[in-house]
Amino acid sequence: MPPPPPSHDDVVHSESFLRSLMRRQLALSVSCAATFLGALLGLPLLNYFAPALMATRVGGFTLSWLVLGVLFFPFVWIISYLFIKRSIALEQDEVVQVERRKEGHR
Amino acid sequence: MNAAWPVLLAASTGHVDPWIFTFSFITVVVTIGMGFWSARKSKTASDFFVAGRSVSVGWNASAISGEYLSAASFMGVAGMVMSSGYDALWYPVCYACGYLFLLLFIAGPLRRFGAYTIPDFAEGRFDSPVFRKIAVVFVLFIGFFYTMPQMKGAGTTLAYIFPGMPYWGGVVLVGAVITLNVALGGMKGITLVQAFQYWAKMFAISVPVFVLMAVFGFYNRQIAANVAPGETAARVEAAAIGRKPLVEKAPPDTAWVAPFGPLTTKAVSAAAAALPQPERAAYLAEHQKPYSLLYTYSLIIALVCGTAGLPHILVRFYTNPDGAAAKRTTMWVMILIGIFYVFPPIFGTIGRNLMPDLYTGVGAKGTDKVVLELPTLLAGKSSVLGSILSGITCAGAFAAFMSTFSGLLVSMTGALAHDVYGRMLRPQSNQRERLVAFKFATVLVGGIAVVLGCFVEPLEINFMVGQAFAIAAASYFPLLFMSVWWRGMTVKGAATGMLTGGTCALIAAALTNFSTLALDKGPMGKVFAGFAPLNTFWAHHPLARILCEQPAIWTVPLAILLMIVVSKASATEVPSDVRMKMLVLHAPETLGLKQEYIQEHQAAEATH
Repeated sequence: MPPPPPSHDDVVHSESFLRSLMRRQLALSVSCAATFLGALLGLPLLNYFAPALMATRVGGFTLSWLVLGVLFFPFVWIISYLFIKRSIALEQDEVVQVERRKEGHR
Repeated sequence: MNAAWPVLLAASTGHVDPWIFTFSFITVVVTIGMGFWSARKSKTASDFFVAGRSVSVGWNASAISGEYLSAASFMGVAGMVMSSGYDALWYPVCYACGYLFLLLFIAGPLRRFGAYTIPDFAEGRFDSPVFRKIAVVFVLFIGFFYTMPQMKGAGTTLAYIFPGMPYWGGVVLVGAVITLNVALGGMKGITLVQAFQYWAKMFAISVPVFVLMAVFGFYNRQIAANVAPGETAARVEAAAIGRKPLVEKAPPDTAWVAPFGPLTTKAVSAAAAALPQPERAAYLAEHQKPYSLLYTYSLIIALVCGTAGLPHILVRFYTNPDGAAAKRTTMWVMILIGIFYVFPPIFGTIGRNLMPDLYTGVGAKGTDKVVLELPTLLAGKSSVLGSILSGITCAGAFAAFMSTFSGLLVSMTGALAHDVYGRMLRPQSNQRERLVAFKFATVLVGGIAVVLGCFVEPLEINFMVGQAFAIAAASYFPLLFMSVWWRGMTVKGAATGMLTGGTCALIAAALTNFSTLALDKGPMGKVFAGFAPLNTFWAHHPLARILCEQPAIWTVPLAILLMIVVSKASATEVPSDVRMKMLVLHAPETLGLKQEYIQEHQAAEATH
């Protein structure tokens, strides 16, 4: 005999909790993605409209080569580090809020 | 016994460098040895499929990186940078940075949902066993597209180590060895082996690069030896780095070092060549750069979205203990592969300057082998050092195609044994029967991969992997992204979008390859001669060629659009417990919603 299904009228299962949960997580992801995509999709535009600038030599590399072949990797590490830090903090905050609102219900 | 094979071949072909042979041989033996050793430790079906879900972050990150860095990364990127220059840099950058998309939108939720494979997720999210069958198909499509370049890597490397060996011989030999290894080891073995292989590859690519740069001039000096647009002469004189004159087939400096070079302008150049001489310059001026920009964007979309939808990578996220660990793992993967990807373009650059003869080679003798052959330049300074370093890069190449091919075999075999056999053909089969099915499926998939691999010698390794990404980007990425973040998805919408997007990308990629193979002067040209008229069509419609060669720019939006439209039209069929599913996907695991969800499901099934 399986255990009876849990009741669905507490905080965790409320519509408002799910909405705020998804909205907060998506907002964080979208802001990080926008930073990344801005750089990734902006670089071809710079190559297209400012070829002379992107061909400038920086220590032997062309600027465009240096940005794409070397600097892009650390840039992405920074974004992902910030995302992970914030997303773990976000999850902890969600757990704390649920606990607090459960207390309030009693 | 397998170990006797290479020795016999070596004796029959002659001219084998003992150092190169030894390093490669040790890599193969260690890989197989580890597979056998761990085979004794993995007993249950769960061990085989996802390593009992208890792999630590460090191990898992190394293993994912080891599996991901394929022959395309190790050999193909260098070869493509050498042949095409700047535009090829998008490949390593997007291979590494695509993980960010995976991290931001997919890794955490997918792990929380908890399922063995993508088809598991597809079924669980929509409560539809039919959808599982549809989802399984793409594991195989993407997998086979991905195994072809690995097989070319194997054929190229063996043809280099044993100069008398035909290309297909290498493909068959390596395919057989790895298939055997996977059939005996399963995923538990693979995790350990993959992690080891990452570090082997890292060592094999970085050490020779540093030695080569110390002798022939640093990365920036090698780039500076190429004339950029707007410059009258190179910043570093050819003599200073010992640069050799370019051959006729090589692209000129300005096209190579600057964006919008030979890779992205190929279609327009071919179209211009079909025009009468006086019209060519005007045609090129009008079309070359805009089409090139389009090509670049389509390539970026394919690689970034494709990384987030690769089945053999995604299955590994289930081996993390929790969602937070899945995120930390992704972070480490990005660092590990990011560092790696700085090196192959250096090989390509030095290869262009010092080994331009490779531009004239075709198939297994072309630029795809620059990583293997470049260290032999040191032979002039010290013959043993050159051989040892070349041996190290060959060992790295072995590590590359062996690890990726093993990973692909596991995920494709998993799909066949776990989904097709275990769920569709014989749901009542016991664990022992499933293990037998796993081994049988491994041999079947390995055999097909070898046959396909024999056909693709004229195609560039890196380009083929890009196509696998384009198919993943148009099928799994939209499926995962939309089902994780949009509650309104229905099974009809998901299936229509995934099937249409993925099939369009698949057909486009196949047509591109067939027409390229028809141009081959060897035996493949005869096999695919029927597709030769397609090349005439491309010459008149370069835009169609670009959209076929890089389909992501239209297939990914098409898939997402179809998902939205069809889901809206069938809105009544949204799963009834979608709120609970969304909670499981997004709520922190400490709230324990997953267990609750499973209990509810069991209770619901008991009352039915």
